[in-house]
Amino acid sequence: MLSSLWYSERARSLTAQTVLLAACLAGLYWLYDNAVTNLTARGIRVGLDFLWRPSNFPISESIVAYSPANTIAWAFVVGLANTLYISAIAIVLSTLVGLVVGLGRRSSNPLTSGVTGAYITVIRNTPLIVQLLFWYAIATTALPGPRQALNPVGGVFISLRGIYLPSLHLEGITSLLWVGATASLLTLAAGLIYRRRRGLAVTMLAAITIAPFVLALLAFVAGGGRAAVSVPELTGFNFTGGMRLSSEFTALIIGFVVYTSAYIGEIIRGGIDAVGKGQWEAGRAIGLRDSQTLFHVIIPQALRIIIPPLTTQYLSTVKNTTLALAVGYPEFGLVVGTVINQTGQAIESIIIMLGVFLTISLAVSLFMNWYNRRVALVQR
Amino acid sequence: MRMRQGKSILLAGLALALPILGSSAATAQSTLEAVKQRGHIICGASQGTVGFGAPDGQGYWRGLDVETCRAVAVAVFNDKDKVEFVPLSGQQRIPALQTGEIDMLPRTLTWTLRRDANGINFAAVNYYEFTGFMVPKSIGVTKVEDMAGASVCVQTGSTTEVVVNDVSTKHNLNLKTVIFDNVAATRQAFFSGRCDALITDAAALASVRATQAKNPDDYVIFPATPYMDALSVAVRHGDDRWYDIVKWSVQAMLAAEMFGITQANVEEMQESKDPRIMRFLGTEPGNGAALGLDEKFAYNIIKQLGNYGEVFDRNLGAGSPLKIERGPNRLFTDGGLMFPLAFQ
Repeated sequence: MLSSLWYSERARSLTAQTVLLAACLAGLYWLYDNAVTNLTARGIRVGLDFLWRPSNFPISESIVAYSPANTIAWAFVVGLANTLYISAIAIVLSTLVGLVVGLGRRSSNPLTSGVTGAYITVIRNTPLIVQLLFWYAIATTALPGPRQALNPVGGVFISLRGIYLPSLHLEGITSLLWVGATASLLTLAAGLIYRRRRGLAVTMLAAITIAPFVLALLAFVAGGGRAAVSVPELTGFNFTGGMRLSSEFTALIIGFVVYTSAYIGEIIRGGIDAVGKGQWEAGRAIGLRDSQTLFHVIIPQALRIIIPPLTTQYLSTVKNTTLALAVGYPEFGLVVGTVINQTGQAIESIIIMLGVFLTISLAVSLFMNWYNRRVALVQR
Repeated sequence: MRMRQGKSILLAGLALALPILGSSAATAQSTLEAVKQRGHIICGASQGTVGFGAPDGQGYWRGLDVETCRAVAVAVFNDKDKVEFVPLSGQQRIPALQTGEIDMLPRTLTWTLRRDANGINFAAVNYYEFTGFMVPKSIGVTKVEDMAGASVCVQTGSTTEVVVNDVSTKHNLNLKTVIFDNVAATRQAFFSGRCDALITDAAALASVRATQAKNPDDYVIFPATPYMDALSVAVRHGDDRWYDIVKWSVQAMLAAEMFGITQANVEEMQESKDPRIMRFLGTEPGNGAALGLDEKFAYNIIKQLGNYGEVFDRNLGAGSPLKIERGPNRLFTDGGLMFPLAFQ
C-alpha cells in the first residue's frame, strides 16, 4: 500500500507541492511575525489606523480636490490620481510622437531620417532623471518671473511659475451635463453590443448616442446655465483665474514624452521593418498609394510585432513616473514618502505603494494583452 | 542626483527589509558595543547646510550638528575624527536611524511628539529656533500676514510641511506650496524665482542666504510662527545606555560653558577645587564609570572641541560667516534656554 503510494507519480508530486506550499506559507508567516516583533521592540506602531488621521501636509497640485484636513488615505488617492494622470498623458502623447519618430526614421529623406536617428541616439543614451532635471532647469531659469511673463497671444502667459491659459467655466446646474454624458456613454455601450448581435446603422448609433447629452445640454441651458471664459490675471504674487499648467507638470510631461517617444519610435520602426518587403510590393501592385499601403497593409501586420514591446514600454513609463518627485511634482511616490516621514509607518506605506503599482501595471498589461489577442493572426 | 535617488529607494527597501529579516540585531548587540567593534560612530548628517553640517573645502565635515557627533566620538574613543558622516535628505533621516544604518541623528531634527513616540528617542536639544520664511526684498513682504497667495518652496520630510499648512490656515493665506524631495532642488527653485518664499528653520535660512544667494542683502527672513522648535539629537528606541552617552556628551559642552571651562583653560581647570568642576572633569571619578566611559570623557570633549559657546561661535556665531545671534541658544544664566544638567 505505502510502496504503491511511493511509486505513484501523482501522489509524489502532490506531496512535493504540498510541502513546498506549506514551506512558502511558513516562510511568509515567519517574515510577518519577525517584522511585527522587531517593530514592536523598536517602539514603532504597526497597523493601518494611521490612514484615517488628517494628513496635515500640503500637496502642491492635484487633479482631485485636496486639503491638508483630509485623511492620509485620501492623500494616497490624490497621489495615485496624479500618477495615473501623468502616466496617461505621457503614454498617449509619447505614442503619437513615437509614431512620427518611427516613420521619420524610415523616411527616404536623409535629413528627416538623420535628425530622427540623432534624436533617438541622444535621448536613449542619457538617463531619464537627467533629462527631467534639464527640462525643469530650462523651465525655471530661462523663463521670466510672473511680473514679466511672456504673453504670446492674448490671455496666455508663460512664466517660470508655469503656463497660464484662459479656461472655460460652466455656470449653472453642471451636474446635468455629467448625467447626460454618462447616459450617452451607457447608450453607446448598449448600442455597440446591439450592433454586434443584430446590426445597426452607424448614423443611427451616433444619433442615439448623442441624444441623451443633447437633451441634458438643453435642460442645462434652459435652467440658466452658461459658459464663461476665465482669463488669467496678475493679482498680487501670482496669476489667478484661467487654468494653469505648472512648470513642474510641463517640464515633466515634456521630459517623459521626449524620452519615451524615442523608445516607442524604435519599436514602431522595428515592427514596420519586420513586415516583409513583398507586402509593400503587393500593395503597389494592386494600385495603393504608399500611405494607403502603410496604414491598411503594413501597420496592421506590424502591430503584432509592436504590441508586446510597446506593453513593456508603457509599463516602464508608469513606473518611471516615480522620478517626477525630483522636479517637485507630487506623484504617488512623493506622497508615500511624505506620509512615511510624517507618520513613521514605513512598512505599511511601502506595501501600499507596491500594491498600487502592481495593480496599475497588471491592468495595463491585461489591457495590452487583450489588444494583442485582437490584432493577432487568427488561425482559420 | 541619480545616486541620491537610488539611495532613497535603497533606504526605502532597507526600511522594509531590515525589520523583516534582521532577527533583532538591536537586542543582540548594544549600540555601544557595535560602535566600539566598528571603531567609529556613524552619524546622520545634512546634505549641506553650512553652519550645521557640511564638508569644507578639504572635505572635512564642519558645523554644530557635526561637532555634536564629534563630541560623542570623543566620549567613546577620545578621538573627534572617529566618525563617519552619512548625508541624508529630510525624508531619509528617520528611517536610516530606525533601521540602524546610523547610530545617532543630529540633523536639524525638530523634537515632536509623534516622532518621539515612533521608534526614536530625543536625547538632547542642541539648537532652539523659529521656523522662518525667506523672501526677496523686492516683493516688499516683511511679515506672515502679507503673504496671501504667495507660493512657497518646501522641502519634504520636515516639520515645515505641516508648519506651512498651519500658517496658511491660521491667517487664511492660501499659500501655494511647491514641494521637493531634496534640499538642493528646493533652494535652487527658490533662487530661480519659482517660489516667492522659502520656508525652513530660520538659522538654516540664514545659512542658505549667506552661502548661496548671489547678494545676501536682497533677501529678508522673518518668523513663520510664534512657536519655537527644539532641534535635537535623536537615537534609536530601546538602547538606554547609548541614549545616556549621547545625552551627556551634549550636556558636557553646555556644562563646561556654565563652569567657564574652555578649550584653552581646560587643563588648568583640572586644578580647580570646586567639587562640581572636579566631578565634571573627572578629577573626582564616578561619572565615567556610571556611563561606561572613560572618567575623563567630559575633559576630553572640551579639550578637543571646546564648550557649547565656542562650538556655536565658530560654526554659526561671530566667528563664522553666518554671524547668527546666540538668542535663545544662550545659557539660562544669560537669559537663554540652554540648561546644563548636574554632572554627579
